Amino acid sequence: MKLTKSFERWSPFVLLALVLLLWQGVVSAFGIAEFIFPSPWQIGLQFIEFQGPLLEAAWKTFWVTMLGFGLSIAVGVMLGFLVGSSRLVYAALYPLLVAFNAVPKAAIVPILVVWFGIGLGPGVLTAFLISFFPITVNIATGLATLEPELEDVLRVLGAKRWDVLVKVGLPRSMPYFYASLKIAITLAFVGTVLAEMTAGDSGIGYLMQSAASQQRMSLAFAGLVTIGAMAMAMYELFSWVEHRTTGWAHRGSHAA
Amino acid sequence: MAFVDFKNVWLAYNDELLAQGHFAVEDISLSVTEGEFIAIVGPSGCGKSTFMKLTTGLKMPSKGSIHIGGQAVTGPLKISGMAFQAPSLLPWRTTLDNVLLPLEIVEPYRSNFKARRREYEAKARDLLKSVGLAGYESKFPWQLSGGMQQRASICRALVHEPKMLLLDEPFGALDAFTREELWCTLRDLQAAQKFNVILVTHDLRESVFLADTVYVMSKSPGRFVVQREIDLPRPRDLEVTYTPHFTDIVHELRGHIGVVRKLAPATP
Repeated sequence: MKLTKSFERWSPFVLLALVLLLWQGVVSAFGIAEFIFPSPWQIGLQFIEFQGPLLEAAWKTFWVTMLGFGLSIAVGVMLGFLVGSSRLVYAALYPLLVAFNAVPKAAIVPILVVWFGIGLGPGVLTAFLISFFPITVNIATGLATLEPELEDVLRVLGAKRWDVLVKVGLPRSMPYFYASLKIAITLAFVGTVLAEMTAGDSGIGYLMQSAASQQRMSLAFAGLVTIGAMAMAMYELFSWVEHRTTGWAHRGSHAA
Repeated sequence: MAFVDFKNVWLAYNDELLAQGHFAVEDISLSVTEGEFIAIVGPSGCGKSTFMKLTTGLKMPSKGSIHIGGQAVTGPLKISGMAFQAPSLLPWRTTLDNVLLPLEIVEPYRSNFKARRREYEAKARDLLKSVGLAGYESKFPWQLSGGMQQRASICRALVHEPKMLLLDEPFGALDAFTREELWCTLRDLQAAQKFNVILVTHDLRESVFLADTVYVMSKSPGRFVVQREIDLPRPRDLEVTYTPHFTDIVHELRGHIGVVRKLAPATP
């Protein structure tokens, strides 16, 4: 029992090691050129060689993403609150939001560049635009799924809409909110890198773009790995926060 | 003067239905004295829950008038507490905090809730103790059994000392033994605090065991067809449910339900 538990815990790392070994094996066995498809070992070497620039670019990408993500939490929660608490706003706004969400964000970046120039603006905004929708939808869902009986219990006591929202709606939507943060943060990274690749002058996206244009495929892959690692770390962070704050919604794994 | 007084009350859910003459409940008249325990039985969809909404002031009648405690009903009635088949406790609050919820909302408790929290907590604890939930105050609802959750839900309905308790099939989802236990809990609470109870139920034995008066409701149109005083002496023990007299009353009411069924138009 104990063994299976700890095996479960380490299984992602075991799988990762296996994949890396297989990858290395395939590249070596077929003698694939580095500028086409680099091996993990070559990528690792690039990490050591370009430690400085990679870290700098990662840091830039990270905080641009965080700015966009912060914006998307603020706007996403507000919109979700509006959409979830008023039928009129829901009817009016929801179709527009869906339509907007369906627009490929890559198509928006050039427009943002015209408006805000090369640099910070497009990155932050793309991260925001790509990631607020899941937050809005989740908050709205949490608010809208209120049992009618409970609403009656409270309304008969003279509860106003606001009371019901604050006492029941908001706490109820918290698990949805945290779940959406996990999705939104990974999307925000996608947004930032997208903007950096199309119209950046720094950051991981820019670094990958330049590396690829110089046929330094190993460095481009190192950039990919960096983005993946950052997004995963943030995902895990929000998972942890979710479990800490809304444990009541995940009782299956906690129950004594 | 009757405490709850319905005079020829009709309700259609909206203007369209009103124009077509479709009423959820029709021509309901009843008069309940203070401290009386009434039960309303009838087939599902007969407008029992509509009746609850009328009594609590959540719905206004289309025709007729409702007076409660001598006052015409014009809006939600804070002197009532409600509990339903689903306990609908909030999973992020402990049992105690769930019971305290109404006090955070209803006046006069609301304005001094923070200052007198300690006192209200003691009161909620007493209430929980009286339904056999002492020691479970800091447990979360999902750590309680169905019967315990329902007890907590009834405590929540009673914590602001309502004059009227409305129960909509509160024991419908419980097993037979737990249900009988909760009958006794409700009986004792009502005997001690003398509030009015309006119990909506499918269960004839439940209605006869608990109520002073049982009303039988017909389905579409939702009307009261029979009013039956239950003359069993109080306090009633569960044993009473095995006496011939009790069985006779249940049987008699069952007969009325049967008639109601036959009269009602067939539904698909």
